[in-house]
Amino acid sequence: MPSEAQSVKAISFGVGFATGLYGISFGALSVAAGLDFWQTMVLSLLMFSGGSQFAFVGVIATGAGVVPAVLSAWLLGVRNGFYAIRLAPVMSLSGILKPLGAQLTIDESNAVSLSQEPDLAKQRQGFWLTGIAVFIFWNLLTAAGALLGSAIGNPADWGLDAAAGAAFLGLIWPRLKESKLLVLAVVSAFTATLLSSFVPAGIPVLLTAGVAVIFWIIELLGKSK
Amino acid sequence: MTLWVGVLLASALVYSWKLLGHLIPERFVRNPSIRSLAALLTVAMLAGLVGIQTFVSAEGITLDARAAALGVAAVLFFLRVPFIFVVIAAAAVASLLRMWL
Repeated sequence: MPSEAQSVKAISFGVGFATGLYGISFGALSVAAGLDFWQTMVLSLLMFSGGSQFAFVGVIATGAGVVPAVLSAWLLGVRNGFYAIRLAPVMSLSGILKPLGAQLTIDESNAVSLSQEPDLAKQRQGFWLTGIAVFIFWNLLTAAGALLGSAIGNPADWGLDAAAGAAFLGLIWPRLKESKLLVLAVVSAFTATLLSSFVPAGIPVLLTAGVAVIFWIIELLGKSK
Repeated sequence: MTLWVGVLLASALVYSWKLLGHLIPERFVRNPSIRSLAALLTVAMLAGLVGIQTFVSAEGITLDARAAALGVAAVLFFLRVPFIFVVIAAAAVASLLRMWL
């Protein structure tokens, strides 16, 4: 688990670098799908949300057209909104920091921040450092992937796909000491995995929100007794 | 819709979700039951991602090197091995298993 002794800087850098390496795949896939270099870069700089970006170029690659690509990316972006609701009172952003912080609100920055609960200063540090590290690595390596194409090789050969799962497990690990959250995590992982056979990529993770809402209602009912 | 318009529109729409969550009034997001829901949503979606990233491939639900790597990672996290070493170990396990199998 990310114990107190482990520096937030080390975790943020590690997560940023590992996530950033996927930028190579994204850049290569995007150019192969028919986007040019700058369209690919605009997605990484402005959209900056891996799931939505892969969905966008994936739909374009199938030839389904631009409108379905926009809709898929939009739909998959919803979870960042939920993360923002968690982060808003933690970060208490104001002025220019609010729109900047919003752009960095992604899986990784929220997860590192969550792993530092309940220390408020470390939660904030984890959010900023991870958000900035992912942003830098993601964009640099998107550019590398877009320029070099598939010549760089497949991130899976380096086990990077497994590293992503392990990293997210590590980030929620401190919360799993709470038995209710452990059950929620196991049920959510199963639900998303099973649903993947029936609904398009990206949707299963959104549907785990339903599992969370069920747990929430049970919690509220328990309290009102 | 041209590709450029699509790229910019989709980017703006994705950003709007991120900004929306930060613009919801403080008193609403400070409500303890809303805080609790936001925490549950975060854990559920991240756990869902772990499931998808570990057990799903283009061919469907699969048990491969990634599952072994996640198992190793869980043991190492349990043993309080530092985060970055666990992530490197998970990548190494998956990479070596693929080389050998």
